[in-house]
Parts: sequence; C-alpha cells; structure tokens
Amino acid sequence: MSVGDYIRESQIWKSIFRHPAPYDRRNRIVVVLTNFFLHLHPVSIKQNGIALSYTWCMGGITFFLFLAETITGVLLMFYYRPTLEWAFTDILALRDVTTLGIMREIHRWGAHAMVITVWLHMYRVFLTGSYKPPREFNWVIGVILLVLTLLLSFTGYLLPWDQLAIWAITVGSNMARATPFLGHEGPGYQLLNLGGYDLITKVSDARFLLLGAREVGEETLNRFYILHCVAIPLVVASLIAIHFWRVRKDGGISQPL
Amino acid sequence: MTGPHPNLTPSVIFGLGFLYLILFCMNVAWTVRSYKKDGEVHLPSLLGGGHAPFALWWGLYSALLSMVTFAHFTGSGNPDQFLISLPDFIKAPIDALVADPRLFFGITLLIFIGIIVFRRRLATPTAGWILLNAALLFLILSMTDYDFRQIVGKPDNVPIVAMLFIVGFFTWLYFNRANENDERAAKGLPPKESENNEKILVWPDLVYSELICMIALTAFLFFWGVCLQAPLEEPASSVKTPNPSKAPWYFLGLQEMLVYYDPWLAGVVFPSVILGGLMALPYIDFNKKGNGYYTFNERKFAVSVFLFGFLPLWVGMIILGTFLRGPNWNTFGIYEFWDVHKLEALNNINLSEYFWGGFGMALPTNPLIREVPGIMLTLAYLVFMPQLLAATVFRTFAYRMGFLRYMVFSNLVLLMAALPIKMVLRWSLQLKYIVAIPEYFFNI
Ligand code: HEM
Repeated sequence: MSVGDYIRESQIWKSIFRHPAPYDRRNRIVVVLTNFFLHLHPVSIKQNGIALSYTWCMGGITFFLFLAETITGVLLMFYYRPTLEWAFTDILALRDVTTLGIMREIHRWGAHAMVITVWLHMYRVFLTGSYKPPREFNWVIGVILLVLTLLLSFTGYLLPWDQLAIWAITVGSNMARATPFLGHEGPGYQLLNLGGYDLITKVSDARFLLLGAREVGEETLNRFYILHCVAIPLVVASLIAIHFWRVRKDGGISQPL
Repeated sequence: MTGPHPNLTPSVIFGLGFLYLILFCMNVAWTVRSYKKDGEVHLPSLLGGGHAPFALWWGLYSALLSMVTFAHFTGSGNPDQFLISLPDFIKAPIDALVADPRLFFGITLLIFIGIIVFRRRLATPTAGWILLNAALLFLILSMTDYDFRQIVGKPDNVPIVAMLFIVGFFTWLYFNRANENDERAAKGLPPKESENNEKILVWPDLVYSELICMIALTAFLFFWGVCLQAPLEEPASSVKTPNPSKAPWYFLGLQEMLVYYDPWLAGVVFPSVILGGLMALPYIDFNKKGNGYYTFNERKFAVSVFLFGFLPLWVGMIILGTFLRGPNWNTFGIYEFWDVHKLEALNNINLSEYFWGGFGMALPTNPLIREVPGIMLTLAYLVFMPQLLAATVFRTFAYRMGFLRYMVFSNLVLLMAALPIKMVLRWSLQLKYIVAIPEYFFNI
C-alpha cells in the first residue's frame, strides 16, 4: 500500500472527506456535493461557462481579490489603531519594522485591482447580454456589489491618515453637503424645517452623518474604520453569496439558447 | 541639459532598456506566431519582388528593437549624448491637443466612433498587435520626459495606466469575438459559443483551473507588492490643502463633472442616476437577441450607448482627471510642468444674464422670474424631449417599450447626454448656469 493510499484509508482522513478520492466519475460528483467549499459549484457545467475567452474569469478574479483583501486586511488590523495619535505611525511602522511588511502593499494594490476587475466583469456581463432574462435581478445585485466595492475602497483610502487620505476623502465627502434636501448646502434643504427651525444644518446633514463631525477628523476615522473593516465587508460577503446562488439558480453561466 | 529636472538620466535610460527588452521578447514570440499563421506577402519590387513570409516584417521590427535595447544598455553612461528620446517638436503638438478639454473630449469621441466604424479592421490579431506596440512605444518614449514620468510614475497612477491597456485589450477581444459571431450569423450559423459546449464535470476541470488561477494571482500580487511600494505622504494636516486635491481615481469622472455642474448634480444626482440607470438596464432592454454570446450587429444600439458611457465618458474622464488636471484644476499637457501659477481666464455667464441682457433689461430681482428662461428650457428638455423623440428617432422604441419603460429610458438617455451638452455650451457660449438660483443652491 502506498503512503498516499495509507493516508486516504485512515480513519482521520475518512472522517474529514466522506468519500473515496475523486478518481472516478461517481466520486468526482460526490466530492463537489459533499464538500462545503466546493458545493458553491454545480456538479457539472457547460464547457463554455469556463472558457476564459467567454467569461474573462473576471467575476472569479474579483471574488479572489475580495478574499485576498480579507486576509491581508485582517493581518493589517493586528497592527493598526484607528486614532489620530497612532493611525499614521502604525502604517509607517507596517512598512519599516514589520515582518512580511508588504501586506499593506498587497492590500492597496489588491483594492485597486478589485475596482478594475469588477468593472471588467460588468463589462463582460453586459457585452455577452447576460443581464437579459432570466438574469435581470442578478445584474441588479451586481450593481449593488459594484457600489459597495467602490465604497470599500473609498473608506479604506482614509485609514493611512496621510495628506493623500484626508484630502481625497474631503473632496469626496464635500459633495454630500450638496445633497438635495439633506445637505446644508443642497437645494431645498430649507423646506425641511419645523416651526421656523431648520432641521438640516451643518451638524445634522448628510455630510455630518458620513463624517461624524463637521470636518474629516477622528470621528470620521472611527466611522470609516468600522465601515471599512466590519459593516461593508459583511454586506458584500452576504451579497456575493446571494450572487453566486443566483448564478446557479438562473441556469448557470449564460449561453446561447 | 542636466538641470534639476533632467529628461534623461543614466538610471532612466537603463530602466527603459529593460522595457525595450520586454517589448523585444514579446515581438520575437509574435514573429514565431506570425510565421506559423500569417502566410505570405508580396515583396515590393524595390526589394526584388517575390514572396516572403509576413513574419519577415515582424522579424525586422524585432531586430530593430534589439538594437534599441542594446543602445540603451550600453549608452546609459552619457545621457547628454543619448539620442533616443521624444523630441520637443513632437511633444508640443501632443500637449496642445490633450491640454485642451475640448480637443481632448473631441479626440476621445473620435476614437470611440473610429472603434465602432472600423471594428472589422481593428479587431484582427495583427491590427491588435500593431495597436499594442504603438501604445507601448508611445508610453516608453514618453518616459524620456521628466514631467511625464512624474505623473505616470506616481504609485497610485500605475494601476490606472495598466487599466487603460486592460480595457483596451478587452474591448478588442469583444469586437474580435463579436465580428466572428456576426459573420457566422450572416451565413446562418449559430454563434461560436454553442459549439463544443458539452457538459463537463466541475471536478477536475473547473476546480483545477480555479486553483491554478489562485496561485498565479497570489504570485502576481506578491510580485506587485514587492516591486511597488504603496504611497504614504506626509501625515494628514487639515490646514495644508494640497493643490490639486483629487478624489480617489475611480471617482475622478465625478470630480470632472464638477467643472460643469454643481455638486448637488455632479456629486449626488448624476451618480444616483448612473447607478439607477444601470440597475434599470435589464428591464429597459427589450431586445431578446444577444443573450449568452458576443455580438454587435444584433444589439447595435444597446452596445453603442453602453460603450459610449463606459469609454469616452467614464474612462476618458478618469484619464483627464488623473493625468491632465493639475493645480487649480487647470488642464496640463502630459509633458508639461504643473505650474501652480498657470492662469486661465474664467468668465462664465449665466443664461439669465444672456437672456435679459439680450433685451437690454436689468436682471429681475425675483429669482423665479429671473430664471424663467432656464427653467422653461430644463422642463422642455425633460418633459417634451421624450415626446419629441418618441415621435421621431425613438419611434419603434416608444412603441415596443410601453409608456413607463420608455419614459425611464428616454430620461436616462437625456440625462446621460446632459453632460456633453453642458460641456459644449460651456465651451462655445461660456455658459455658467442654465438655471442659477444660488439663493436656494439650485443651479443647473
Ligand atoms: C464583488 C463583486 C462581484 C463578484 C465577486 C462577482 C462574481 C461573479 C462570478 C464569480 C460570476 C460567475 C461568472 C463569471 O465569473 O463571470 C458572476 C456572474 C455574474 N455577475 Fe458578478 N460579481 C460581482 C459583481 C458584479 C457586477 C458589478 C455585476 C453587474 C453589474 C455582476 C453581474 C453578474 C451577472 C449578471 C452574472 C451572470 C453572468 C452569466 O450568467 O454569464 N456581478 N459574478
């Protein structure tokens, strides 16, 4: 008996993988059905669904990048404190004194790459007409994922707390004060008042909600940190699960009828 | 020549040598491919006539590249005498073209139209390869310019440069596949996607591809992370405003709109409309064809509108915002120094000032009366234009879509057109606002 077979016959192995090695057709089907990670897939698919020249693999790459961002992000969280006192120096230390100090690089470039791949994925889905019935709703979920991907990137941009960070966020969030009705410099904000008192002011408008303060400051850092590390990733992860589920329920990757 | 901003330095020349080396290797590989696939060509009688493999041209080009590479590796010691760089008489006209937003937008528009009109000729492998080489050569040669390196070499801009090539490639790939299917359709054949489309098992075919893909991508990310350090500027300071202050690059399209529209439109309404429009898209497009395969002919209108939004309006504006917008949000050429003191006269006039001034009258004090012409125009644009279009160009659409769907569709198209329209009005009439009621922050 070879070593490989010995291991595969052991009680431990069998308790983990509940079927023989996927050498024959039956077990190749069983492996996908019984493995938690593999069961995201159907058992069999059309050849065209995995053709690189058809899907460009962009959805898959986006998902991979999301995972890579999660892993590197968790590693970064071990070192980073979202306070005015520490944020910048922690990032500096990440580069200079941390073992494997390229996690920040991977996280940042991965984020840029994810924005690009998510666009390209949308581009591909559009160009193959895959948003057409019955996949309309999955496209809608996709658009929400696109927004969330951009927001993930945007909230993360602030965390290094350098000049690039706060001014980019300042420019971006300044728009919020012009929100119609809800921004204190937006058209129609005067309409929202109660007995002559404006409801929408500098300290109660959409921008304030976003920043937690009148200017980009420590409250903003905290807010963006939580959005970036907890809130948005959770939503994205759930939506990705639904997105994948729908890909299967809508009949797999689109193909000519 | 060696001032504080030298165009060429020994390390630049040496570095460019590596880029040429890569280009050379790529073209050697292409020569081999061409030899196997491209067949023969007639030689001009100047060269003695007769036939030769088409790959001969690529071979000659590769040989030239090898010499250029060699020159870079050996000639790096003496930058002042080094000849291979972009001369000023080429830089100046390029700068003049791109530094003017009007010309820039005009050029992107022309490229966009060119892509669609010449899609058959452009989407062949040889044409694609020529375009790629031209783009790379342009990039490498431009690197011999100091100011170009400053802007393109910014770590956060590197992914954008890469994105331009990637978007270009996939656009090419799309047209390549679409042309093939369109030709097949003309012959009455089904799309290529329906050939060899048997069922296969996920294990091993898909699972293994995923594994390989994951390993390759991990390696790629590590490589990128080691080669290029993530940017970190000075610690944040709320008093030192950088000039220009730019939003993250993927929002630069929105920031560019701020030049033409107020924040409530450019920053809030239009983004919402873009997203709402994207979500509404599957419910608007009633064309059943082109589902699950690449085609252009069967969905000309949908694809053209989408490409127009994605290429000139979105990617084009990102290019403009990233590479051409400098201090005070002025436009600069790609080889131009970002001079903080560059002045551009801004003398924009509101529609109401044109209108009442045209009658020789003073501006009415009541803002609503003052802005009547602009308000009427805007209402007409949003309310009557859809009807007008329904009676003319969009006749079949209006008929087949039904009222609600058509109204959503036509308003989306009109709002998308609102950006180029305002641009043109600004450039031709120096129009500031169509409706200007700053009292209520209501400016259009
Ligand atoms: C975090 C972002 C996203 C992830 C991880 C993701 C992932 C995926 C994956 C893995 C697939 C399988 C096919 C493929 O790889 O192309 C897929 C399909 C699909 N995606 Fe996404 N996607 C994302 C965003 C989007 C966006 C932005 C859109 C559109 C606006 C979209 C619309 C679709 C549709 C309609 C399908 C079905 C395509 C078909 O059947 O051919 N997704 N997605």
